[in-house]
Amino acid sequence: MPERIGITLKVNGEEIRREVPARLNLADFVRQELALTGTHVGCEHGVCGACTLRVNGRIVRSCLMLAAQADGCEVQTVEGLAESGEIAALQGAFIDHNALQCGYCTPGMLFAAADYIAAGRPASRAAVREHLSGNYCRCTGYQSIVDAVCQVAAQGVAKGARK
Amino acid sequence: MKAPSFSYERADSVAKAIELLARHGADAQILAGGQSLIPMLNFRVARPAVLVDINPIADLAAIRVDRNGVFIGALARHADIEHSGEIAEQLPLIAAAMPQIAHPAIRNRGTFGGSCALADPAAELPACCVALGAEFRIAGPKGERTVPANKFFAGVYATALEPGELLLGAQFPPRQTGYVSRFLELSRRHGDYAMVGAAAHGKLEQGRLSDLRFVYFAVGDRPTNAMALARAVEGKPLDAATVDSGIAALKEDLDPPGDLHASSALKRHLAGVIARRLLNEYAKGA
Repeated sequence: MPERIGITLKVNGEEIRREVPARLNLADFVRQELALTGTHVGCEHGVCGACTLRVNGRIVRSCLMLAAQADGCEVQTVEGLAESGEIAALQGAFIDHNALQCGYCTPGMLFAAADYIAAGRPASRAAVREHLSGNYCRCTGYQSIVDAVCQVAAQGVAKGARK
Repeated sequence: MKAPSFSYERADSVAKAIELLARHGADAQILAGGQSLIPMLNFRVARPAVLVDINPIADLAAIRVDRNGVFIGALARHADIEHSGEIAEQLPLIAAAMPQIAHPAIRNRGTFGGSCALADPAAELPACCVALGAEFRIAGPKGERTVPANKFFAGVYATALEPGELLLGAQFPPRQTGYVSRFLELSRRHGDYAMVGAAAHGKLEQGRLSDLRFVYFAVGDRPTNAMALARAVEGKPLDAATVDSGIAALKEDLDPPGDLHASSALKRHLAGVIARRLLNEYAKGA
């Protein structure tokens, strides 16, 4: 009955080996073990989207995945996403449109938005709102966030691949 | 809001999972996509001593199409089902339901089997399985067995799964010519829990329905097949009078308890709205 689990994974391209408690979730793992605090912990039950990151190229809620389950996976946090250059246009658009106030939701918003842009989807406010509906902004800055995503979608910046 | 302590075991085969479940008995809980179980752990609603992680069982993630129909493995992710060309072609009802399940990040992780085994009364897939006449394949210490979907869902978070058993997936019959599916869910925002929803599947010939299964969800403790509605509309031209009689018959089918998302009266009203919209869509043809 192992309580601590040995895991080997890649985080932002770097190989990581750790022993983790079985109950540790992936969000707490990247924040506490790896000091990658760009991943934010909001509701801790999968509703708010603040902890969104990528596992094997797909966005997931890192509060709803155990660190032990990330064994053998490739994880990308917002730090790696920003460094990759994939979301440079989104970052610029978020600044241009004041698409953040406190910034707590921003890393998760960027991952969800990057997903939308990478899929080459249109600059439709309704479609963007639907795609971002799983990410909460408690500063109620949705209008400007949708503006920013639509601007990038309109530019057709479909860099980076999903999956 | 942190999960209590538990032990964690990985199963890389069905046999290993069954063995682990037998060894740990009632203390064990199967972990699939974790999109409902992990919140339950964090809320301390569930306190299993051992989690048996079945994610390494690659075989269980398959979606297979052959002359027997379509088999969706328990570990098929919602996103894979949503984007599967085979599902779109063979099971358009399921394809229509997928975008309504939570949000993309949840669908990337959540599984078909997890949703069915949890049996949340507001969930989309159980209703689709009942409407399509699916059979669940279950493995246990004594071997495999199958349970038809309309016998599988036994109440709120309750199914025919016995302790020590593992859901392998669901077998859907081959698509039959002339059968048309319709799906509609009403929720406060996209991806939220359904206030009311329905999955319908029936034969549409010359503007008339037969062999109709009109299965509601979020109106009771399990998917509810509105048989009185079906009787009222089957074999008749789908005009306003027929639609009205179908909606009137819902009184016999549904007695929805209210919940956080909608009162009983609102659910009853919305069930009628859904019936009207879907029957009118059927009236327009395939």
